[in-house]
Amino acid sequence: MTQSDSYETAINRVDKVAEFERRKRGFVGTLQHLLHVNPALVPLIVLVASIVVFGLLLGSRFFSPFALTLILQQVQIVGIVAAAQSLVILTAGIDLSVGAIAVISSVIMGQFTFRYGLPPEIAVACGLLFGTAIGCVNGWLVAVMKLPPFIVTLGMWQIVLAANFLYSANETIRSQDIQAEAPLLQLLGAKFEIGGAVFTVGVIFMVLLVVGLAFVLRHTAWGRHVYAVGDDPEAAQLSGVNVRATLISVYALAGLICAFAGWALIGRIGSVSPTSGQLLNIESITAVVIGGISLFGGRGSILGTFFGALIVGVFTLGLRLLGADAQWTYLLIGVLIIAAVAVDQWIRKVSA
Amino acid sequence: MTRQPILSATNLVKRYGRVTALDHCDFELFPGEILAVIGDNGAGKSSLIKAISGAVQPDEGEVFLEGKKVDFQSPMDARAAGIETVYQTLAMSPALSITDNMFMGREIRKPGWRGKYLRMLDRSAMEKFARQKLSDLGLMTIQNINQAVETLSGGQRQGVAVARAAAFGSKVIILDEPTAALGVKESRRVLELILDVRARGIPIILISHNMPHVFEVADRIHVHRLGKRLTVLDPKEHTMSDAVAYMTGAKEPVAA
Repeated sequence: MTQSDSYETAINRVDKVAEFERRKRGFVGTLQHLLHVNPALVPLIVLVASIVVFGLLLGSRFFSPFALTLILQQVQIVGIVAAAQSLVILTAGIDLSVGAIAVISSVIMGQFTFRYGLPPEIAVACGLLFGTAIGCVNGWLVAVMKLPPFIVTLGMWQIVLAANFLYSANETIRSQDIQAEAPLLQLLGAKFEIGGAVFTVGVIFMVLLVVGLAFVLRHTAWGRHVYAVGDDPEAAQLSGVNVRATLISVYALAGLICAFAGWALIGRIGSVSPTSGQLLNIESITAVVIGGISLFGGRGSILGTFFGALIVGVFTLGLRLLGADAQWTYLLIGVLIIAAVAVDQWIRKVSA
Repeated sequence: MTRQPILSATNLVKRYGRVTALDHCDFELFPGEILAVIGDNGAGKSSLIKAISGAVQPDEGEVFLEGKKVDFQSPMDARAAGIETVYQTLAMSPALSITDNMFMGREIRKPGWRGKYLRMLDRSAMEKFARQKLSDLGLMTIQNINQAVETLSGGQRQGVAVARAAAFGSKVIILDEPTAALGVKESRRVLELILDVRARGIPIILISHNMPHVFEVADRIHVHRLGKRLTVLDPKEHTMSDAVAYMTGAKEPVAA
């Protein structure tokens, strides 16, 4: 008995030492912990810093309501698609078909209106439904057939893109026709001005979407399940999460969001073009990675993605205004991607 | 002396192809006790536990909870009936907080319109509950209920998993190798925790390879061998070497 008693005191003593050590984290440790808790902080700092730097270099040419809101307009499509991409990447997946879904949805909205003469409201609804349906198929293949998301969406990308060209016969619907007969299709491109700042409905939609998803991911059971599934699907299953339903709903929602991006795409370019949006895949993944969402799933926040998309927009516009070769933008974005992943790895070390 | 078992199984058979994992196995757990299940690797301990907790469906035999026949199709069914399992892997999401993990799959929504229409979680209620449960089990060395599970030590993680089971497992808690991955100091903690849970009247099934731990906390020891219950030992009347001898087949029980 006495032996076990001394054992107990030994335990307590060791515990106190451990707690003491925990308090002495130091500056680097505190920073690491802070970033671990708020993963969107890094992209936010980079965003603010890049706005300040370009503002100093370019003065009012960059630091004006017009130029700053122009960035929002330029990133709206990528921002919306990147929100969808974030959801999928949070579940430790990847969606390579986002761009293709956006484009085929926009083509369906256009063709249903002009080829079949459907009212634009119904055509838009059909486009949104179709995007959701493709997402559902992706989700089913990933969750039920247990195929790797990379392969599923790589295949779906090709299938959807080819179907897009076959169905549309590579035919563009002109902006003037849409404006005259079905202005609803361009709704997300409608502009309004507040004191020099120019907004479009699509920009507002993007911001509301990000805020809405941030709320859902943080404050609902479904959102927590998305993180749990991305973190460790087996553990999530054992703790009572319906992993299959969560995955399918994530891919379906991503499809729906991409279809909205397709609608916004019509507003942005005015016409319905089956060849548009080719770079959306890579741009959305770039925004997600710069935004600090881990490609291994379960970590990061959708606000980070939003900041990531804005960072790309700020660099693109800022460098163009500076008269730099566009290749500098890609070069710097490349550096940012690698830096973002390096930071992600460093933050993960907290768990070690 | 005829106590009614809270959880029992009769004649369980489970075959995997030509391998018989459970061979007409019986099992009983009485209220308020810690029943240790020991057995050599491949003796069918996990199959037995899985059959009881709904993770696999036995080919033959019946499981009774409080005298009533139950037919669990999944671990969720068993959990809904009040049987909680702490898996060896703990089944926790490392990047999520203690509260999130405790309530994973059974979150509490806010009352009123925010819960109904926005499906908003009642974070403060969940945090309060989680903090309460952890301090009940003397786990308040954990300072921050919102810290990620991956920042906890192995023992603390096990503690959170046990607290989760104790918080929701109204009838039976199954612990699968809770001390296997822990150091001496942390194992102690977890054993105290197990005794604490029993003191609250919840019976526990403890699967373990660690004989000193088993003999320290168990009230009865179910020795599993070749897919069935070989015997049940009283740890006060047998030594560890007896148990190991039964387990490995070096010794046959007298009564059999």
